[in-house]
Amino acid sequence: MKSFTAISGGIIPLGRSNVDTDQIIPKQFLKLIQRTGFGEFLFHDWRHEPDGSMRPGFILDDPAYKDSKILVTGSNFGCGSSREHAVWALCDYGFEVIVASSFADIFFSNCIKNGLLPARVGKEDALTLMQKKEARVDLISQTITAESHTIPFEIDPQAKKILLEGLDDIARTLNLEEKITRFERDSKTPSIL
Amino acid sequence: MNITEKILARASGKSSISPGDVTFANVDKVMMHDVSGPGVIKVFEKLQKQGIDTEKLWDPSRVWVAEDHFVPSAEKISAENISKLTAFVKKYNIGRHFRYGMGQYGICHTISHEEAMVMPGDVYVGGDSHTNTTGALGAFACGLGHTDIAYVLLHGRIWFRVPETYYFHLDAKLPDHIMAKDLILHIIGEIGTDGGAYRAMQFGGPGIDAMSVQSRLTLCNMTTEAGAKCGIVEPDQKTIQYLESRGATNINPVTGDADAQYAKRFEYEAEKLEPLVAEPFSPENTKPVREAPTVELDKSYIGSCTGAKYEDLVAVARILKGRKVRIRTEILPAAISIYRRAMENGLLSIFLDAGATIGPPTCGACCGAHMGVLAKDEICISTTNRNFPGRMGHVESQTYLASPLVAAASAVTGKITDPRDLP
Repeated sequence: MKSFTAISGGIIPLGRSNVDTDQIIPKQFLKLIQRTGFGEFLFHDWRHEPDGSMRPGFILDDPAYKDSKILVTGSNFGCGSSREHAVWALCDYGFEVIVASSFADIFFSNCIKNGLLPARVGKEDALTLMQKKEARVDLISQTITAESHTIPFEIDPQAKKILLEGLDDIARTLNLEEKITRFERDSKTPSIL
Repeated sequence: MNITEKILARASGKSSISPGDVTFANVDKVMMHDVSGPGVIKVFEKLQKQGIDTEKLWDPSRVWVAEDHFVPSAEKISAENISKLTAFVKKYNIGRHFRYGMGQYGICHTISHEEAMVMPGDVYVGGDSHTNTTGALGAFACGLGHTDIAYVLLHGRIWFRVPETYYFHLDAKLPDHIMAKDLILHIIGEIGTDGGAYRAMQFGGPGIDAMSVQSRLTLCNMTTEAGAKCGIVEPDQKTIQYLESRGATNINPVTGDADAQYAKRFEYEAEKLEPLVAEPFSPENTKPVREAPTVELDKSYIGSCTGAKYEDLVAVARILKGRKVRIRTEILPAAISIYRRAMENGLLSIFLDAGATIGPPTCGACCGAHMGVLAKDEICISTTNRNFPGRMGHVESQTYLASPLVAAASAVTGKITDPRDLP
């Protein structure tokens, strides 16, 4: 997992709330178990007609928004099924940051495990960002800068640390092997936070 | 401390713990199924490429595997996933594997209680969002993504931020026409689909004491739809008896302290509850059945971990006995053990006499996988847990969520029907 400090990129506004993981990656693609290549199925049923042809007008396929890295959306993003494929699809498509006024819990955790930054902002701030073309997202200062606006975002300290270090839990555990051995020996809780 | 805090403290080797603390807890049981399992296998393959040793699981006897989403194999790819999962179980010598066509099997959350896989006081994690269900046994039960499950398989522990707890108090036994499903829909309608986000939702009071274990499972199952980290009920004599009758021994329950703290308390009066439906496309769009729109239903679906436990099937049989269905009606018992009891007690005959189709245990059309998915513009009333766009099939189909009593009454009339209004 690569470390995340700051990125600049285009914004894709998705002005909906309660976007569930079945909208992000419909169930028919769960059977495909490669970890890459899910990007083309991202928001599949919104982007395609039932016969498989492209549905015109969906923002992801608008050339003006090509190569955008920041998705800005409403509340409770990623609710529903725990499928990690949803995060794999967003990452594979090229998103590096999801900005929302709230995230579903398991989805949030899956983001962190895959180096995708879930940035929580106020509802008004999300609406403001949806009007902007691009932004710079800085994890260290926890700010999103778009034109003259600088908007703070929330992320819990542990998630921030994991993203900054670029280490998922397994890599962190390997780094902490010595402390874990001590934990096993002393049966005490390690103080690695 | 309340029960959730006490379980997490015990699992972390701490004497006390508070909401907001981040803690490293030992896991007692871990589950994966035919969607999360292959995902976990992929994570293992990635780790192997990074040179990380994945040859041994922390404790294969604490791991169990269910086949439920795409079984009986819906087509080639799902068949291959079952093969991969089976090879994984064999390679790592995993404790239990519930295989379709080989005795007991069923929906993972149903197996968790039917087979007493999880004990009161356990920390139980599963590769599925409805893992919350099993908190009804007095365990801390929550869903995780594939990477987290892989981590638990290797290390046997995981980080949690201790959730604050919302307490939902029910004053008295539910009336006959009201089911636990109506209560949980009522709660979700009130607090919203993110109203329980990262909180424990605990249910208690005389109404919950009077409730069967299976009804409590329905409540906890749908805490997921309120965004909760977990749902939980304090274990009592009923819980212990339920588990002992399924072979459990050495039960070591945890209960909350007398001075347990809750972030918020909600009060419900059993007598004031109404049968509800959740209209498309969200479980929070609740409405009393008697105020629901008049729509021509195409189907009644009685299945899933939420609405096809034995008690749910008994409720359906109460309605269907001596009546005929007017719309397609599918009934899929959630596990073979339930299927068998339904057969032995004459429920299956009632269903067949009414004209319903009986299917095998599977997640089936609840997640839009197979076994009766919906066509464009079809409208279904369902005992399942989610009604997001396209959840049960075509993105322009519609699902109304309801209790087994309401789904059965609606099957009889072809319209959304309060069980009290049946002729």
